[in-house]
Amino acid sequence: MELVVFVLAAAMILVGAIGVIVRSNPVHAALSLVLTLFGIAVLFVAQEAHFLAAVQVIVYAGAIVVLFLFVIMLLGVDRTEDIKIEPFRVQRPLAAVVGLGVVGLVVASVSASRDAIGTGTGAGLDIPTVTGDNDSNIRQIARSVFTDYVAAFELTSVLLVVAVVGTVMLTRRIKSGKGRS
Amino acid sequence: MNPLLSAATPTTTWYLVLAAVLFGIGAVGVLVRRNPLVMFMCIELMLNAVNLSFVALAKRLGDIGGQTTVFFVMVVAAAEVVVGLGIIVSIMRRRPGATADDIAALKG
Repeated sequence: MELVVFVLAAAMILVGAIGVIVRSNPVHAALSLVLTLFGIAVLFVAQEAHFLAAVQVIVYAGAIVVLFLFVIMLLGVDRTEDIKIEPFRVQRPLAAVVGLGVVGLVVASVSASRDAIGTGTGAGLDIPTVTGDNDSNIRQIARSVFTDYVAAFELTSVLLVVAVVGTVMLTRRIKSGKGRS
Repeated sequence: MNPLLSAATPTTTWYLVLAAVLFGIGAVGVLVRRNPLVMFMCIELMLNAVNLSFVALAKRLGDIGGQTTVFFVMVVAAAEVVVGLGIIVSIMRRRPGATADDIAALKG
């Protein structure tokens, strides 16, 4: 059963990811991205990260992809891009070499350290189906965020405010007669 | 169920290899595609690959810290998308249909 879930989710992820890089129409690329993000959410559930699976669907597939589609439509770049044009002749073979090199290196290091990664060295995950408490995963993450990582959490709130203010500054139209101070 | 199917349960290594392949596809996409929006989507692919490996290792090690890190990565990714799309909108407003090759004005 786990194998079936893994194979189906992996197929969704890879088909979506390849769709993102080969589809010439940006709208189709964004929809392929949704497929990949749903596959990742399925694997999150399979790995007992229930809260993150929900956040993945709501934030990524919900908000971020909608933002992408919104910008695509706003800019009117939703026409098909001619991906046959290759400005630098060596770019694609070189990119394929780099991609295969990255994958090869990571796979080699993962398979070399397959047995070196410890098992269960941490405090353990609260798995809702085991503990019988449906909120145990969320509760455990919350305890971690608000105790060990509380400084990072506060900095994250600063980051979000800076991002929002910065975006408003970047995209506002400058009125004539007034300089940008 | 087929005993062969029930015997082969996906291990952490499978998840890490899948994450590596997804990261590689994203990296190739950033290098190949010229539309800045699609390049951003490929960066999202790479971030998701890293998130997947964090979650797989959190399960393997029994450590909630991996899932907490993924939470922070998601927040930073959302902020990055907002700022990046703001930059793209303001560039595209000035030069409609610009590709990554046309925006070389900052090249030293």
